[in-house]
Amino acid sequence: MGIERVFGDKVITTSVQAIATWARKNALWPMPFGTACCAIEMMATLSGRYDMARFGSEVIRFSPRQSDLMIVSGRISIKMMPVLLKIFEQMPEPKWVISMGACASSGGVFDTYTLVQGVDQFLPVHVYIPGCPPRPESLIDAVLKIQEILEGGPLARAPATSSAFAESPSPQGLSPDRPKAGCSQSIAPHAKDPLGG
Amino acid sequence: MPKTLSGDEILQKLMARFPDKVTPKKSPGSTPAHPVIDREHVRPILSFLKSEPELAFNFLADVTAVDYLQLELPEIRERFLVVYQLYSLEHNHRFQVMARVPEGDPRLPSVCDIWASANCGEREAHDMFGIEFEGNPDLRRLLMPEDYPGFPIRKDYPLRGRGERDAFPQYRPGLGTGDIFPEDATGSWSEKANKGSLP
Amino acid sequence: MSPRQVEEIYRGHAEDPAYQGKHPEPRFFFSEEEEDELGGKKMVLNMGPQHPATHGTLRVLLALDGEKIAAADTEIGFLHTGFEKLAEHMSYHQWITLTDRMNYMSALNNNVGYALAVEELLGLVVPRRAQVLRVILCELSRIGDHVLCAGLQGMDMGAFSLMLWAFERREKLYDIMEAVTGARLTTSYTRIGGLFRDVPPDFAEMVKAFLKNFVPFLGEMEEMTVGNRIFEDRLRGTGKISGEDAMSWGWTGPILRASGVAYDVRKARPYSGYERYDFQVPTQTDGDSWARFIQRIDEMRQSAGIIEQALEDLPDGPVNIENKKVVLPDKTEVFDNIESLIHHFKLIMFGHGAATPRGADVYSATEAPNGELGFYIVSDGDMIPYRIRVRPPSLYNFAVFPRLVQGAMVSDAVAVLSSLNIIAGELDR
Repeated sequence: MGIERVFGDKVITTSVQAIATWARKNALWPMPFGTACCAIEMMATLSGRYDMARFGSEVIRFSPRQSDLMIVSGRISIKMMPVLLKIFEQMPEPKWVISMGACASSGGVFDTYTLVQGVDQFLPVHVYIPGCPPRPESLIDAVLKIQEILEGGPLARAPATSSAFAESPSPQGLSPDRPKAGCSQSIAPHAKDPLGG
Repeated sequence: MPKTLSGDEILQKLMARFPDKVTPKKSPGSTPAHPVIDREHVRPILSFLKSEPELAFNFLADVTAVDYLQLELPEIRERFLVVYQLYSLEHNHRFQVMARVPEGDPRLPSVCDIWASANCGEREAHDMFGIEFEGNPDLRRLLMPEDYPGFPIRKDYPLRGRGERDAFPQYRPGLGTGDIFPEDATGSWSEKANKGSLP
Repeated sequence: MSPRQVEEIYRGHAEDPAYQGKHPEPRFFFSEEEEDELGGKKMVLNMGPQHPATHGTLRVLLALDGEKIAAADTEIGFLHTGFEKLAEHMSYHQWITLTDRMNYMSALNNNVGYALAVEELLGLVVPRRAQVLRVILCELSRIGDHVLCAGLQGMDMGAFSLMLWAFERREKLYDIMEAVTGARLTTSYTRIGGLFRDVPPDFAEMVKAFLKNFVPFLGEMEEMTVGNRIFEDRLRGTGKISGEDAMSWGWTGPILRASGVAYDVRKARPYSGYERYDFQVPTQTDGDSWARFIQRIDEMRQSAGIIEQALEDLPDGPVNIENKKVVLPDKTEVFDNIESLIHHFKLIMFGHGAATPRGADVYSATEAPNGELGFYIVSDGDMIPYRIRVRPPSLYNFAVFPRLVQGAMVSDAVAVLSSLNIIAGELDR
């Protein structure tokens, strides 16, 4: 998974790093986790008029094993959240997450018993896109920002967890001092520190 | 010979056939009056509505329930009211029948053998309100997880739930599926199925 | 005790410590013959909520005997949002914005259906111009939904170009929607008592230009698919259902008409001026996926005809009724004169608002692209509804899916699913 595993810790890649970053950046294969209306706008982005394939995100394979960018588009209910976690866990590192739309970022219009109020409580999100649904140009902009994030981190570092998710008290996360919704831990720290270096 | 009857005419026919069992709920404003019946008479009345040739309600459009906890109406003496929307494709008339369900004993006979489309609506009414439909071949929860503690659309259930929407593990590298789906901790679901422990 | 006053919010884990959010065990209903034939083992294949061929988040469990499906079971609820529960906490005006998130392919049909239901509750009749505009926009949005369903059916069969063409048609439709309503997908265009605002002056030209390119496109689509040996063979004969079975299972919409039953809410109970237009209700005889595909193309032709007639019929006049107790005033006036400001205030502040009859309940149905979309509203005199129930056509269309695929191959399950046009937002609400 990634060229740094081939070389290990003993070798520092410099010019190979630049090439590898360039290759990774321009061939981000998205894993579209589309549930609701934002999925339609994501499909429109991948279609003829707003063509996301020109930025490298051509291959939509619906298989997490073959993708590195997860686009969470649409509202995530309590039945769907474990599925999202399982799919995200199956993606190989390095991976990035775009939270598309208001519902995935914060629960959106729906503050109800059954919708997760923002997937960033449970997943590390790199780019949030506001909108209900956001325009396809916003999604393209988000993919370009992921490319900028990608360029930022050096390649030789081993994959590290960001501080917000380092110590989880229990697997179910059911202890009283879990981070609450909307807390700042989930926003800034891994903007420059993507999973996988 | 298709002949469209109005809601009042259908109500009169029903009340002529089942006197003293049907209470018309007079609606204020421009909405028509609908019958309210007790749960013992649900199956006879609905079978009559389907089989009577002048009425011929062969299409059940919807089955739903309403929780009248906070709205006191004299015709509706119980807490829950199950509403059937009937339609006749031959005569092109609609009708709505409402059945009372008491709070302490929320059971109602199912009409799945009269109209097959009642299956889904009853499952959802069971899921959202907790009403048991006796005779429904497949009464499971429809929209909420199977072991969800509560019935959401009841009036005493809070809008924001009771914490179920926060109870998930956070992602960390090395998070196994046994943490996400507890039943996977001792073997995956499809393994159990293929070993024959499911019917 | 009122849920609107004090919300008890429990933080932390659910009240019941044993709650784990389990999925139900599948329950397979085998037909009699299948049980005898199944001598050996069968495998349960999970087409889970994340799958390229399930449109939206559904879960289909197939008990397989080799490649043949012995029985199927479904699980839904992965997109359940609580629309009906939210309706008890939002005013009638506010809930309009939620209606277009249900069937998000054809948001305007939901908007119009809901507005008609509330207007029936209050006993209002909107002006003619609003009615005709509602008809035009409903039919445009129906065309959008059908063309995308046909395109996605093509994509599931492997004809990926159909999906790209369908999305290009939808983009042209989005241009019109954006000019009229301000948004591409989630329009929220109707209001109680009329529409949000009048259409721009070049609306008729835009729609005519769209139709001029659209009707030849239907011919192109037919040329690609009708007579195409592979496409037809994939779809013919799969998911066959007779008219009587479809009626008894509560099917409505184009899939019912593809089985031969000519039930269309626009003809049976015309609303919003549909009785003024001359259109046929096409039916097919086979009742399989191919018939459903052809049915949608025929219906798009009829919709184009209705739009042309409605454009001729479009009168001048206001788009909102003059009842200040119900209709929100125009936003420019709200900022200009004090009466409009007071009316706006009295309509949107909780505690004031439109007066609805206490204890009234009404069920109003319109013809959405998937079938009969019904809204059952119970009011208690307040400006917040007491209960809104949405009768989703997709739920009743999907309920009989296990029976449709029994005995078919796994790839036929995909064909049948895509022909039913299940929109998960409407299915789960």
